[in-house]
Amino acid sequence: MKLLFERSISGRGQEILPACDVKEYVPADRYLRKADLRLPEISEVDLSRHYTELMKQVHGVNDGPYPLGSCTMKYNPKVDEDAAALPGFTGLHPLVREEDAQGSLEVMYRAKELLCELTGMDDMTLQPAAGAHGEYTGLLLIRKYHKERNDLKRKNIIVPDSAHGTNPASATMAGFNVINVKSNDEGGIDLDELRKAVNDETAGLMLTNPNTLGIFDKNILEVTRIIHEAGGLCYYDGANLNAIVGRIKPGDMGFDCIHLNLHKTFATPHGGGGPGSGPVGCKDFLKGYLPGPVVVKDGNTFGFIRPEKSMGQVRSFFGNFLVVVKALTYILTLGAEGLKEASSNAVLNANYMMHRLKDYYDMASGDICMHEFVMDLSRMKAETGVSAMDIAKASLDRGIHPPTMYFPLIVHEALMVEPTETESRETLDMMCEIFIDLAKKAKEDPAYLNGAPYTKPIGRPDEVTAARNPVLKYSF
Amino acid sequence: MARYVVSTKEEQLEMLRAIGMESLDDLYRDVPEEAKAKSFDIPSGMSEMEVRAFMESLAEKNTRFKKIFRGAGAYRHYIPSIVKSVVNKEEFVTAYTPYQAEISQGVLQSIFEYQTQMCELTGLDVSNASVYDGAVAAAEAIMMAVDRRKNRAVVSGAVNPEMLEVIKTYCESRDVDLVITGTSDGKTDMEELKASVGADTACVLIQSPNFFGLIEDVEDAVAIAHESKAKFILSSNPIAMAYLKNAGEYDADICVMEGQPLGLDVAFGGPYLGIMTCREALMRKLPGRIVGQTADHDGKRAFVLTLQAREQHIRREKASSNICSNEALCAMTASVYLAAMGRNGLVQAAKNSMSHAHYLASRLLELPGFSMRYGGEFFHEFLIDAPVAPKVIEDKLREKGILSGLEVDGGILFCTTEMNTKADIDELVEIIKEVL
Repeated sequence: MKLLFERSISGRGQEILPACDVKEYVPADRYLRKADLRLPEISEVDLSRHYTELMKQVHGVNDGPYPLGSCTMKYNPKVDEDAAALPGFTGLHPLVREEDAQGSLEVMYRAKELLCELTGMDDMTLQPAAGAHGEYTGLLLIRKYHKERNDLKRKNIIVPDSAHGTNPASATMAGFNVINVKSNDEGGIDLDELRKAVNDETAGLMLTNPNTLGIFDKNILEVTRIIHEAGGLCYYDGANLNAIVGRIKPGDMGFDCIHLNLHKTFATPHGGGGPGSGPVGCKDFLKGYLPGPVVVKDGNTFGFIRPEKSMGQVRSFFGNFLVVVKALTYILTLGAEGLKEASSNAVLNANYMMHRLKDYYDMASGDICMHEFVMDLSRMKAETGVSAMDIAKASLDRGIHPPTMYFPLIVHEALMVEPTETESRETLDMMCEIFIDLAKKAKEDPAYLNGAPYTKPIGRPDEVTAARNPVLKYSF
Repeated sequence: MARYVVSTKEEQLEMLRAIGMESLDDLYRDVPEEAKAKSFDIPSGMSEMEVRAFMESLAEKNTRFKKIFRGAGAYRHYIPSIVKSVVNKEEFVTAYTPYQAEISQGVLQSIFEYQTQMCELTGLDVSNASVYDGAVAAAEAIMMAVDRRKNRAVVSGAVNPEMLEVIKTYCESRDVDLVITGTSDGKTDMEELKASVGADTACVLIQSPNFFGLIEDVEDAVAIAHESKAKFILSSNPIAMAYLKNAGEYDADICVMEGQPLGLDVAFGGPYLGIMTCREALMRKLPGRIVGQTADHDGKRAFVLTLQAREQHIRREKASSNICSNEALCAMTASVYLAAMGRNGLVQAAKNSMSHAHYLASRLLELPGFSMRYGGEFFHEFLIDAPVAPKVIEDKLREKGILSGLEVDGGILFCTTEMNTKADIDELVEIIKEVL
């Protein structure tokens, strides 16, 4: 379809603003822009239709199941959107007096308190704008902790090889060296490897539990004990919290700080890649290092403080506030029981699917999983030439968003399936039947799958050319 | 309470039996008992009707200002109706990051259009798909510039203080030698800047219009940076850039901006978006998602996430940045805003904002005891000294539902946009007269 710029016709356009009602001020010529500004000249109706056409080329949560492992693509409740659109929230300037922002401060305070209780943390910042941003913030807390103790040789962060790619990238950004440790067959930490990896240079460990194979690491208490005994701190990557929320608190597993993805566990929408929100919680002994400002309650009024030894700020103002409004609405709606029901059903749905699919696909581990499971298509690829990519692309033609492909990296032909709790049994059955049918097709007609998809707005794009000869903007 | 789980208790039991279990608790049998929570101090759930009423009651606890004369990093501009109509479309709101290009062309094309508009606005070659906000964009830009050989960043002391805080955090974590230069008459002190920049300087960052609204002598800073082979990073305001000289015309290497003025609510600080554009030579150092044009196997135009060799999911600890989520829906908001406004509309917004600020300044200067703190050319913000304490003026205006300018260094930093009409300004001046 046409680009905005290809729809532009000189002289068309919209009149949004009135003429200037005061004497126009013209600054000195040397400050003025001389360069052309080629924005589209387009009528409102054409602009509106342009985006309606684009909308039809997007698969959202309502367009069909979205079993995208590690991303928790659950339904995004409408009342959460309504709450975040309230003019009292959207119209508030960030630099008003605290007495003028009591409603927004109460939102932040309540969200913080509830999230701390759910995770077993003592305090929290809502400033980070996404999960990876939260990781960076959490690691800076760890860095600050060691620095304040004058324990300056602790430069290493231990990361399992099954971790999300953001973990090692965040550790580097936070000024640490990354020590990769191998996982065991269940994707958990290999305790012997871990014992070998820790020493007096260990700053901490970053861990997802359940891990990226969808398995709860049974040794978790031993893992966090080993790190603590070595003088390190334990960081919990909250990407997979949806499996355990309302049942297990990361704080009880021995974690000292965590980040959450409100856009996963707490049902705020992903927006095609943001805005998210990545609050960072910590135990008492770290709260003095949190980025400022932190919301507090004094009697019946709410305000901000800057922690005494704050690590600084990681974003302007207070983070993605409207996303926090949505997450709070969600938590208040569900309550403790509802959250537990949600996580339990997320786990049930994943197990149900895994059980139905295990005769057709090799599973990367065990016969019980948490909220997601990983299928290993290595054997299928060797026997039929059909890869994880092919199955993913073929599932597009069947109306479902594919599972996450090629992650975790420790499984070579991985498809990671996370159905979430907001899918019905019929939908789970329908997805299973599609995957079973595709497994059969892989044997009967592999070439067909190699060429999928066939019914989408485009076929497989040439990504190699895109990277080799980058075309990153329209040529006028 | 409302719930979003679909299955009934009976269905859940049937599914449990299908996998050889009897209860939901069985699903957690591998979890050590010590790790299971004993209790949660969380209130019971609410019905949808109750929760909406409760959230409305919280929103009503905020003060609603009918007029805002405050900016300092968050600007209330007019948002055309079509903007929210487009970005509230369920498909755009609920989709994930567009990894699966075949079913994500809508999002990918909109980011490609956004990137084109940002290059057009800033006059630079390459844009990413946005980062978290303008402050993070500035910090990430510095990270693009530094390397082992050149590890010093020189930043003007007249940038937005929120941005400066974020820059400090990022620089400290990467052990970057950060030098913050002083100001002279509200603008970057060029003598001090020159003295701070040397062979080890990776980049110079200046904001124009700066925190005090003043247009900086950007050419001088660019010359100082380039003389030492340091990159020049311009931080600016996207509305101003439609009317005032852009980053390309100044020969900047990287441009960063807070994108909030482009159709986003002030919303107590977020979500916003960080705009980042750069010269082609720096393309592979640019952090975050980037969309590129290619073709599918039939030769049909297609858009994909590209240059992923920079990114964390491929490069892990060697990635150029850890960014995964960006602010895609905010970028789309900015893109719809720019398309609706068009060049003429955007320039009109800039001119009206600037003219209103000059009108307000001239009206205030007619009053006894008011004086401009600084002498330079300003865009839509200015720092003015009043004969009474800023708080006295702020209190009076607040009574009338007007948010005064921000108190800065004992003066008042006023801001106007096209939303602050002549009538609003005249009213503001009349109210201020009452406390003199």
